[in-house]
Amino acid sequence: MSALDTGAALPKARADLVPLLLPAALALAALPFVGSPSTWLTLTIAGLAMGMMIFIMASGLTLIFGLMDVLNFGHGAFIAIGAYLAVLVLGPLAPWMQAESIWLNGAAIAAAVLFAMAVTAALGLAFERVLIVPVYGQHLKQILITMGGLIVAEQVLYALYGPQQIPLPLPASLRGSVLIGGAAIEKYRLLAVAIGLVVFLAMLVILNRTKIGLLIRAGVENGEMVEALGYRITRLFVGVFMAGSALAGLGGVMWGLYREQVHAAMGAELMVLVFIVVIIGGLGSVTGCFIGALLVALLTNYTGFLVPKLALVSDILLMVAVLLWRPRGLYAVTSR
Amino acid sequence: MMPLSGDPPRSRLLALGLAGIVLALMFAPFLFPGAKPLNVAAKICIFIALAASYDLLLGYTGIVSFAHTMFYGIGSYGIAIALYGLGPRWDAVLLGVTVALPLAAALALVIGLFSLRVQAIFFAMITLAVASAFAVLASQLSWLTGGEDGRSFRVPELLRPGFTLVPQDLLGIAVTGRTLTYYLVFACCAALFLLLLRVVNSPFGRVLQAIRENPFRAEALGYRIVVHRTLANCLAAAVAAAAGALNALWLRYTGPDTSLSFAIMLDILLIVVIGGMGTMYGAILGATLFILAQNYLQALMGWASATAADGGLPLLPALFHPDRWLLWLGVLFIACVYFFPAGIVGKLRGGGK
Repeated sequence: MSALDTGAALPKARADLVPLLLPAALALAALPFVGSPSTWLTLTIAGLAMGMMIFIMASGLTLIFGLMDVLNFGHGAFIAIGAYLAVLVLGPLAPWMQAESIWLNGAAIAAAVLFAMAVTAALGLAFERVLIVPVYGQHLKQILITMGGLIVAEQVLYALYGPQQIPLPLPASLRGSVLIGGAAIEKYRLLAVAIGLVVFLAMLVILNRTKIGLLIRAGVENGEMVEALGYRITRLFVGVFMAGSALAGLGGVMWGLYREQVHAAMGAELMVLVFIVVIIGGLGSVTGCFIGALLVALLTNYTGFLVPKLALVSDILLMVAVLLWRPRGLYAVTSR
Repeated sequence: MMPLSGDPPRSRLLALGLAGIVLALMFAPFLFPGAKPLNVAAKICIFIALAASYDLLLGYTGIVSFAHTMFYGIGSYGIAIALYGLGPRWDAVLLGVTVALPLAAALALVIGLFSLRVQAIFFAMITLAVASAFAVLASQLSWLTGGEDGRSFRVPELLRPGFTLVPQDLLGIAVTGRTLTYYLVFACCAALFLLLLRVVNSPFGRVLQAIRENPFRAEALGYRIVVHRTLANCLAAAVAAAAGALNALWLRYTGPDTSLSFAIMLDILLIVVIGGMGTMYGAILGATLFILAQNYLQALMGWASATAADGGLPLLPALFHPDRWLLWLGVLFIACVYFFPAGIVGKLRGGGK
């Protein structure tokens, strides 16, 4: 870029659409292997639902890394805590959950989600201020400290709730499935897809159409310059960290309801998938994270149906293939 | 100071402590008779080698790997599968080791080339993902690995408890195949440790430390960062696999819990951080303290939990329950990373970084 042609409009970033086609290509490629179209439809919807939930968890992590250069291994703790908070709220609200009214069910779920997000955001604030602030800029210590945080949080959950799995039943109106073209599709999965799409679109709008989003994107590209222009990047850091933790909490609630049970180790287990997704998408990229989550979830569901033993290995192979093609992930945002 | 590769402990207290530990381990079968103390001593030996190999990565090269137990497990399963399939023969032991060690190194090479090529930070995430996939795979390929139950196998005649080496008791202790196995473990671990000490004090090791301190500068001086990091990763993986093979020989059993579980990974991390990152001697001190604490302190926690329960205190019984051992380790771990990153050895050597 030359500094002379200031009159000309800034060159537009080249649109990179190839990765967007990958989930569709993967779904189509799986069709002949699965065989029956109705089974394929069920698997694909299940994959989309799982992908949306993983996206919600992973998007917070990727934003936090992009903006703050912090790789938060403790992200999984917020996922598990979110799920436990849902248990805490939905326990007393059991009459609402069992009522055949969609409004009461919805109110109970909304209360659980809002409470879980509020608490995980507050915990995220504490986590950032207490644990992460002293180790900004030191990757090695960040990884160790946040890993320590994950262990401690998991163990505290064990101490408070015991090592057993806690059931988290779905509300009455979300149980069962609907028939679409001969394929049985669980209602909750459709809801998960809808919520995931809403979160994704909301994030895109906030990032691309608001001033906060502009500052976040600028911070991802070059934090020092944002500071030099007079914005307090620390506030941005705190805000994004809280939002990321709240998203993890939301993901935890949704995952707990999806599995209809909650377990303290779920955070650490999901972190594996979240990391694969974040690496595939490119650290710091929300769109990449979205595509990565869909790819991973679809592939997991197809291989889970075809060769169940290789489900997780197939995700690793997918990651390897993507990294061979684009070593920094689908969309490389940061220059780090 | 040839065996120490010109890297003496550099602290009188540290030297005394190390000498005490090494002597205690050397004469463990005679000093601490009984099955449990000998088990603890063997575990200390194996974890010294394992933690030292991890320190090569974490302390000297400055990269965090979560796949160290995978390599440890490859060594363990190599021995287990070979001895289970071929029967208790020495050539099976040899076969297991010659397959497992290069396999671990090759896997480390592939992972290193993939993840270290771009950003070192990828490495932590990718190793975590690969290691968990490997653990799942190992428990699912039950025809090969025995699944969740693992594999129990018989070791060669010479190493069995029933085998008597010396007819009379030596110093009042029966010298059996078990004693012999212990000394095999001890000698191999000592050799592995000295080898690692040699590596970190070689020119290669100096380059690793230069990369840890300032990768840009090291690259500017003409050292290929990726090559050095990947080589360190391969070497650490091979040593971990060797430690895993020794562990399998000692336990005569290999299963997911003894070789692949993430809990072992945390143990290694903690040993290295508490002992002191970037100091090979930290592995000796850390492993000894940690394994002793693991075996004897958990009983204390049980007592504390019971006492708190008797006193009618809320929450404390759950927090001090022996199963919550990891909670306190996690707190200790975070405190160590913050307050004394150079670990015990760093403190003893005075100042540190």
